Amino acid sequence: MNTQSFLIKYAEIGIKGKNRYMFEDALVKQIRFALKGVEGDFEVTKESGRIYVNALSAFEYDDVVAALKHVFGISAICPMVQVEDEGYDSLQVQVLQYLDQVYPEKNFSFKVNTRRANKQYPKTSEEINCDLGEAILSAYPGLSVDVHHPRVMLHVEIRTKVNLYSQVIPGPGGMPVGTNGRGMLLLSGGIDSPVAGYMIAKRGVVIEAVYFHAPPYTSDRAKEKVMDLARLVSRYAGPIRLHIVNFTEIQLYIYDQCPHEELTIIMRRYMMRIAEAIAKKQKCFSLITGESIGQVASQTVQSLAATNEVCTMPVFRPVIGFDKQEIVDIAEKIGTFETSIQPFEDCCTIFVAKHPVTKPNLNMIHRSEGKLAEKIDEMVKTALETTEVMVCQ
Amino acid sequence: MEVYLDHAATTKVLDSVKEQMVQVMTEDYGNPSSKHRKGVQGEHYVKEARSVIAKTLRVQEKEILFTSGGTESNNMALIGAAMANRRAGNHIITTRIEHPSVHQPLAYLESQGFQVTYLDVDANGHISLEELSSAICPETILVSVMYVNNEIGAVEPIEAIGRLVKEKKSSVIFHTDAIQAYGKYEIRPKKQGIDLLSVSGHKIYGPKGVGFLYINEKVKVKPLIYGGGQQKGMRSGTENVPGIAGLGVAAKEMEAGFAERIKRMVELKDYFIDCLEEISGVTINSQKGLEGAPQIISASFQGVRSEVLLHGLEDKQIYVSSGSACSSNHPALSGTLKAIGVKKELLDATLRFSLGIDTTREQLDYTIQMLKELLPVLRRYQRG
Repeated sequence: MNTQSFLIKYAEIGIKGKNRYMFEDALVKQIRFALKGVEGDFEVTKESGRIYVNALSAFEYDDVVAALKHVFGISAICPMVQVEDEGYDSLQVQVLQYLDQVYPEKNFSFKVNTRRANKQYPKTSEEINCDLGEAILSAYPGLSVDVHHPRVMLHVEIRTKVNLYSQVIPGPGGMPVGTNGRGMLLLSGGIDSPVAGYMIAKRGVVIEAVYFHAPPYTSDRAKEKVMDLARLVSRYAGPIRLHIVNFTEIQLYIYDQCPHEELTIIMRRYMMRIAEAIAKKQKCFSLITGESIGQVASQTVQSLAATNEVCTMPVFRPVIGFDKQEIVDIAEKIGTFETSIQPFEDCCTIFVAKHPVTKPNLNMIHRSEGKLAEKIDEMVKTALETTEVMVCQ
Repeated sequence: MEVYLDHAATTKVLDSVKEQMVQVMTEDYGNPSSKHRKGVQGEHYVKEARSVIAKTLRVQEKEILFTSGGTESNNMALIGAAMANRRAGNHIITTRIEHPSVHQPLAYLESQGFQVTYLDVDANGHISLEELSSAICPETILVSVMYVNNEIGAVEPIEAIGRLVKEKKSSVIFHTDAIQAYGKYEIRPKKQGIDLLSVSGHKIYGPKGVGFLYINEKVKVKPLIYGGGQQKGMRSGTENVPGIAGLGVAAKEMEAGFAERIKRMVELKDYFIDCLEEISGVTINSQKGLEGAPQIISASFQGVRSEVLLHGLEDKQIYVSSGSACSSNHPALSGTLKAIGVKKELLDATLRFSLGIDTTREQLDYTIQMLKELLPVLRRYQRG
């Protein structure tokens, strides 16, 4: 008696209206994609409002569960045992056997929950619940019935075959990737931006990413690290198109022309402008950053407002209200933390002034940017033209 | 022009080394422990390498133990000797400028109840013999002093140390990390009073993953690795025959034309130092002539972060290290530079250039020219 299939439960899709099928189809597609990396043949089917993953060959249980845990939109994964419908007596034997196998220690409360898709079945659902409950209690006296808060809910689904399941493995939640448009993530190599990308992807958004490279001030290893991070996020978000912008010339020009305490803000404004230009070209409708209020000088509310001014697209900052530790906790959970803390400089830390402005005055920033008028448009154009693109997965 | 000036990090294998290794990997691939002809063939390569290496040091063949490289040799020497002699005492003496593969095993030994004394060095990176002499006490069992420092190329007075140690307390074991010295100096353990000597293959145009430890036959050392009893039980595990054979060839090649090659390298080093000194804001942390190692030049560049300069040079196809490659992975600043009193603002502004047997004057001229181009630009853009 082995698990041959998984019942996939999804949360929010269920409340969608007429376009519900779109969300379900997207989820089926994402599940198929996730299972491509797992050894074995699987069939993913959608029937009467449920999604099933059926194994068509031998497979590694843990690998399948791990892959499914990365698919946004899944709220729970239920490993299922399928038995032939050979009448009630046979079912009772199978159910006892199932419980014995899944729960070696028999000291919990339970409830039987039967659903009959096959209405020709000789007993009604309620009769089956009662009869199976009785049989279980007499076979395993250590168990007790609790119809309100059972520790184990034993589901019996009578279709052409009979499905038995009781374990519920939590999924990542969220919405299937591909159901909510595209977003351009500003990926730095730190702890916050991969988490921000993860969180927005979780709402069903397809993620693209942009990284600002500043050789020789940042090394190729820093670039490798960002590619690694994009790969780690792509385990959840699906393949990520990474745009690598060479930012050195622009950075040095700003350094030459503008007051040093404003460097970071002005640099951030140009990063946003470039990211938005790439986003438009890629049909993304939003920008995503890992900013969190007050974390550094460029993330005070005033600084965020100054950076935000240059964008017309919505800028999503999913970790805006999080403390550092809360962000770290997610980074650890999704497996990006270890990579994020490798000590390579990113372009934000190279030219940091000793006392950067924390309350930038927009008029002053505009005046400083005016000093860039001569060459900056040409430089931005060159940066856009020379952007390197790769797909991380 | 591609200029590789990171030979103290690693070297490219010689063609003769490569050919030997390919032969061993594809034709004579027997396991030396096998009883058949193929096995005997494999064993032959190990014997041959052992014999070549023993000759370069004028020691006995049985005193050479093959390892997986410098780090294992240092671990084996320190932990192996300390554990085998812990009844004689628990005190070990070393310097502040050793490689982490010496400092870390010693830190482990400290956690096991050993006492370690760290000797200071002067501005040239040399320890004081008087200080060493007064550090030796009745509990002392082991002295470990590196032959050539990997970051600045300081050469320690090994023969004087060996003599002093034996005069003061003849039972004390003297270990030297010769990873940057083998192939650059005439090393004679018997004459210099060295009991244990660590060498790595890939610093001398041999392969990575192989090295050896010279163990004076009179010295007791406990194995670190247990298993099938290979190498007389001192280092179990099937011998890395291709690596060992390659190391043997490399050692032989280092012997041929030794004096002339070293003379040439020293001349190049002195030339490079002269050129560097002409650039403003450059401080040289290495010594000219035979006072310093022939291959290593450490220089600090005021007002430039070493990593930025390193990547700037990389862009011009010049490859160097910041501080020491082995410790470059750690954000912590170099212990050696601090120990010789390099100013705080220069610690993170220091590069190591290390020459190889095929480095040319043209390559060095090109490097100097690129430094002269890069430094003014990089100095303009500073933090703060």
